[in-house]
Amino acid sequence: MAQLIIEKLTKRFGTSIGVEGLDLSVNEGELVALLGPSGCGKTTTLRMVAGFLPPTSGRVLFDREDVTQLPAYKRATGMVFQSYALFPHMSAADNVGFGLEMRGLNAAERKTKIEEALKLVRLSHLADRLPRQLSGGQQQRVALARALVINPRIFLLDEPLSNLDAKLRAEVRLEIRALQQRLGLTTLMVTHDREEALTMADRLVVMEGGRVRQIGTPQELYDSPVDAFVADFVGRCNILPGRRADERQFRTSGGLLLPVDVIGGERDDANAFALRPERIDIVPGDAGEVRGRVQAITYMGAQTEYVVAFGDETLVAVRPTPDAGEPLAALKPNDSVSLQWDRKVPRLVPQTSS
Amino acid sequence: MLFRFTGQLSFGQFAVRTLIVVAYAVIFAPVVMIVVTSFFAQEIVSFPPPGLSLKWYANALSKPEFLRGLVTSFQVALLATAIGVPLGTAAALAIVRGEFRGRQALSSFLLAPLAVPGVVAGSGLYMFYVLAEDLLDRDIKATTEGLVAAHTLLAIPWTVRLVVASLQGLDRAAEEAAANLGASPFTVFRRITLPMMRSGIVAAAMFSFIQSFENLDLSMLLVGPGRITLPVAMLNYLEFRIDPTLAAVATVQIMLVGLLMVVTDRFVKLSRVV
Repeated sequence: MAQLIIEKLTKRFGTSIGVEGLDLSVNEGELVALLGPSGCGKTTTLRMVAGFLPPTSGRVLFDREDVTQLPAYKRATGMVFQSYALFPHMSAADNVGFGLEMRGLNAAERKTKIEEALKLVRLSHLADRLPRQLSGGQQQRVALARALVINPRIFLLDEPLSNLDAKLRAEVRLEIRALQQRLGLTTLMVTHDREEALTMADRLVVMEGGRVRQIGTPQELYDSPVDAFVADFVGRCNILPGRRADERQFRTSGGLLLPVDVIGGERDDANAFALRPERIDIVPGDAGEVRGRVQAITYMGAQTEYVVAFGDETLVAVRPTPDAGEPLAALKPNDSVSLQWDRKVPRLVPQTSS
Repeated sequence: MLFRFTGQLSFGQFAVRTLIVVAYAVIFAPVVMIVVTSFFAQEIVSFPPPGLSLKWYANALSKPEFLRGLVTSFQVALLATAIGVPLGTAAALAIVRGEFRGRQALSSFLLAPLAVPGVVAGSGLYMFYVLAEDLLDRDIKATTEGLVAAHTLLAIPWTVRLVVASLQGLDRAAEEAAANLGASPFTVFRRITLPMMRSGIVAAAMFSFIQSFENLDLSMLLVGPGRITLPVAMLNYLEFRIDPTLAAVATVQIMLVGLLMVVTDRFVKLSRVV
């Protein structure tokens, strides 16, 4: 496995920006996910790493070798495509064996490796099936085996789970992650699914409009987003525009005063208050600093969501569903409540119009 | 589905089914009539037939022009297919995959023979051949080569149409996957693209062959002594005689084309291509 280094990578399509000045390194054995809405440049980046798309400028390096000018078929990356892209006229085993054949392995050597790879993805019994005779999940595992069997220098995943149903997705997510860690694969993954990114990746790159918004561990991005876009993209978040009132308070544009401890780390252009719903405590009655009325209560199984209104503004709080007898269990719409939180938790972030 | 009656039919359903049955009847009635009359014993077709006979088949066999026509038609159709399908396939690749100006124009140009009446195209070709003969000082009209060249013009548009359709429906990610696994562009084409285009190409070959095999109008002016295709031989016969011999020949022709479709269908599910 190699280290992947991307330097000032830029791709323009005519006058429009695909990717602009991307710097990123993926260390040996690390899984980095590119996360963002469609059109943010994440797939473009992946395709440039794979060699399907020539960059306008910038470099791609595997270890210290500059591969920017190398055609895709000489890069030795292993890619799992969103559509799986299996060869429809070849059996599962032949699909897996194709890359080995291209590397000049003879039939006997190929056979051993194909068997190993199919065993790895638990598909040995379906080796002779054609892709169209396999379920979506099985096709996905063939695609995985096909990409892994060649011992790729870099492992690339293009929205690998988007064509699976929700239950299977959670399962395959763990499976891919376990495989990636066991084999120590240097992996670059593209996804628009934040849950996928948060659960699988060592580090995330949140992109928007071809530019990087933030790079960091899932925890860093979740707890300390640099702007409202990232805050919102990596998880549910209350975002209220306004400005700082003083060292201890934020005044929303609706005039609501919210407690916050300003550490001095936030950006000068910070103009929004960001706080995750599960960080908010609810106390029935109106004894607290932030008082409002319950607007809606939504039961979601293990958790319950409370929308609390303050004039025109609302905050959403998510709490573990209370047992009968707990104070929150008796809460009804229109009841008065106070909200509390650790004042070190909220972030003041810039909110861009995009 | 058509004939599976489950419960009451609404008037609308009934009307639709009737329409379908009528449409099929209209399409197949002439074919069935030809096959049936080829077995009638009398010369002038009338119902009910006084008896059944195979004598028209015997008569057809006794006329050397039919057998020779069949052989010529076969040769010409095979050659025209063998030349036209690769050319049409290459053109289809250029039209779908190429990045040059005028792709749309090229496509229209190559499909044009389908839009020009055969007699017009045939006359045009005849005059062109005459001119070319003067220039090159060799025979072109009334030669197998001339005929094959003309029929290649039938194969190309059919091939372009069918192969373009199959290329457009092709998942390009599979080609990228092959490149990703280390296949050079040529290997990708040979091992992935070509097999994925197979059904389109096979269907194109079948249609090209049939188009050439049954063609009359384009060929009429271009055939020569000893190189008469079967449809032209049948027309020639019709000028002097009207009897069920032609029905017998046509029946053989229908059987051959039918056989070809059945065989093709074993390799490629035609219903999925066309």
